[in-house]
Amino acid sequence: MLPVYYYLGLAIILFTLGALGVLIRRNAIVIFMSIELMLNAANLAFVAYARYWQSMNGQIFVFFIMTVAAAEVAIGLALIVTIFKTKASIDVDQISTLKG
Amino acid sequence: MLLSDAMNAGGYFYLVPLVVIFPVIGLLINVFLGGKLGEKLIGAIACLASGLSFVVAVLLGISLIGHPEAVTISFANWNWISIGNLQLDWAFRVDTLSVTMMLVVGGVGTLIHIYAVGYMHDDVRHNGDPGRFRRFFVYFNLFIAAMMILVSANNYMMLFIGWEGVGLCSYLLISFWYEKGKDGIGNALAGKKAFIANRIGDFGFLIAAFLMFKAFQPLTANGVFSFDFDTVANLASKVPPSTILAITLFMLLGVTGKSAQLPLFVWLPDAMAGPTPVSALIHAATMVTAGVYLVARSHAMYSLVPVAQNWVAMIGAVTALFAATIALAQFDIKKVLAYSTISQLGFMVAAVGMGAYVAGMFHLVMHAFFKALLFLSAGSVIQGVERGEHEVEHDPNLRKRMKHEGHFDPQDMRNMGGLRHRMKTTFWVYLIGALALAGIVPLAGFWSKDEILAEASTLNPFVFVLLIIAAFFTAFYMGRQIFMVFFGQARSEPAAQAKESPAIMTLPLIILALLSIVGGFLNFPTFHTFTTWLEHTIQSVAEGVSGGEAAAGGFNFMVAALSTVLALGAISLAWYLYMRRTQEMQKLPLNQRPDDPLRSIIGPIFSVLENKYWVDEVYNFLLIRPYQWLSKFLAEKVDWAFWHDFFHDTILVRGFNGLTHLLSGPIDLGLIDGIGNFLGDGFKELAAQMRKLQSGFVRNYALSVFIGVVFIVGYLIIRLG
Repeated sequence: MLPVYYYLGLAIILFTLGALGVLIRRNAIVIFMSIELMLNAANLAFVAYARYWQSMNGQIFVFFIMTVAAAEVAIGLALIVTIFKTKASIDVDQISTLKG
Repeated sequence: MLLSDAMNAGGYFYLVPLVVIFPVIGLLINVFLGGKLGEKLIGAIACLASGLSFVVAVLLGISLIGHPEAVTISFANWNWISIGNLQLDWAFRVDTLSVTMMLVVGGVGTLIHIYAVGYMHDDVRHNGDPGRFRRFFVYFNLFIAAMMILVSANNYMMLFIGWEGVGLCSYLLISFWYEKGKDGIGNALAGKKAFIANRIGDFGFLIAAFLMFKAFQPLTANGVFSFDFDTVANLASKVPPSTILAITLFMLLGVTGKSAQLPLFVWLPDAMAGPTPVSALIHAATMVTAGVYLVARSHAMYSLVPVAQNWVAMIGAVTALFAATIALAQFDIKKVLAYSTISQLGFMVAAVGMGAYVAGMFHLVMHAFFKALLFLSAGSVIQGVERGEHEVEHDPNLRKRMKHEGHFDPQDMRNMGGLRHRMKTTFWVYLIGALALAGIVPLAGFWSKDEILAEASTLNPFVFVLLIIAAFFTAFYMGRQIFMVFFGQARSEPAAQAKESPAIMTLPLIILALLSIVGGFLNFPTFHTFTTWLEHTIQSVAEGVSGGEAAAGGFNFMVAALSTVLALGAISLAWYLYMRRTQEMQKLPLNQRPDDPLRSIIGPIFSVLENKYWVDEVYNFLLIRPYQWLSKFLAEKVDWAFWHDFFHDTILVRGFNGLTHLLSGPIDLGLIDGIGNFLGDGFKELAAQMRKLQSGFVRNYALSVFIGVVFIVGYLIIRLG
């Protein structure tokens, strides 16, 4: 098996890309994709270290994360559909009526 | 039987508060119920109150016959004022001196009350205000009450209460017709003058009282001084003579004020503005004698300082002569009697000043009789002429005959004449009074005045000379008055129509005339009833001031003869001038005829006397004007311009307003509001700035979350790594 920091590096790169995507992209669905990317990066880190430490805890936790991700996407997509119905656009820069 | 029991037993001494209480009850009844009672009842209550007071005085006198030593009765054991070393109580003193005064005040007072009922009945109608009848008798009873307090007091302070009380009543009664008089204010001004002159005397009395306290209080047994006469008499010899001199001289100032001596006599002639019974009671018989009583009471102190005694005697004698000369040239019937009163008071003051207390008190009693008689008769004459004037007003025939030269003055003797036919009773009693005053034997005035002259001849020859000249003038001006008023032809229509007064007025006159006739026998030589009576109170009387028969009121034949000759001579001179000369002058044409024969003889001197030596004008110039200037200066310049305008308005008000404007403007609105506004605005700015965070951009929020996470993770790594 490869040294663990290879997997960690990959997770970090993925996480960073995902964070940048959340911050920079305007399309709501792309933001969700980036969030999924971050989550998966975390999953990778968990699995890699679970194998490294020879423990099952990390892998069990991945299941939790996947479940949460799925639920969150369901809700999120439902929200986006509702927003599209009112604003005919999913550009997050336009959802700014709640300003002070 | 009851009376002799009283003489032997304790006597009626305990009744003495009633001499004050009866008049007080009388006046209270008239004040509260008088509105519903008629004139007769008001008058009856007042006379009854005064009469009962006199009855009590008589009972006290009778009690004293069996027990001649002084008795002091405390009023209900009431300890009135007790502050530190000072104690004042209402304590009455019954001794021969005070009872003498009580009898005079009560007796003559009651007779005058009875007369006043008749007099005021006419007077209030003549002056147009019948409702004022009640007020007169309230004041009259108040006067009797105050005078009784004065004479029955056992200490100087209670005496002073009565002293001021009679001053007040004098003021109230002089200005009784307050809206009348010269320029509608003359009577009120006369009352004011009397009060102020009396007040100056009161000032002297008070200074004397303060000095007495300072001098006598350390000497008392228990350190408490109550001003009572016995203490003062006993301790006077232990006080340094200079202090006694000061006390007696200041007291003399009080005497000159109350008894109308030089220099404070000026109020008495003006006091004639009051109704005639007032002049009779207050300004002849009673109030003005309070000064003489005071000196007699303080004999213990005066006998220690011959200097003060000399001053008293000289002031009395000079006043006697001074006033007698003025009386020669007065035309108002009451003014003549007023100056005569001042003159006779001078006799009394001179007598007690020389130490001849018996002579002075004797003359006081006699003078009360005949001077009250004279004043009341003068009132009767005046009202008779007023009745004549009333007749003339209502009869067109008579009106034509009356000369209309301005306002008719019923009191001017030049408008009278020939009244002895029209007012017979008044004439006879007036004649008796005038002869008594002139000192014709055997009437009252002869004995009393002669006693004073006899004392003076041995004690103080200078005073004797002054008094004998004054006696001459006295007889002259009384003769002048009799001849001008009652003899000759009526000089005006009202006088020709004059009518006699009713019995309620003439009856007291007759009683007083009888007293003037027999009064002299009170102290007839070789019997000396009065001397023995007063001996019990004034010890120096007994051993005699200059020793011998002459001192204790003895009879000096030479002096008596001299005074009688002078009196008769004066009356004859008056007869010659005012009967013979006047008849001759009637033949002269009107514009060359002098109004008084004396004027053609002594010309300019007569004018001086007629203008009373311009004493009032001199006082006005020397004292009143500067005082008024000073008060105007203080009122207008100091008080109004300085205090009010400058200090108050400018400094205080403007300053205060400026300060408040400063505080309310720049400080309150500017500074404090500024702080508040600053805080508010500051927060608004802060909020405005903070609001920018709420951009609504989801990505910005996400960025903030991200940065926050970076910091937290970085912190954890650094701290824990």
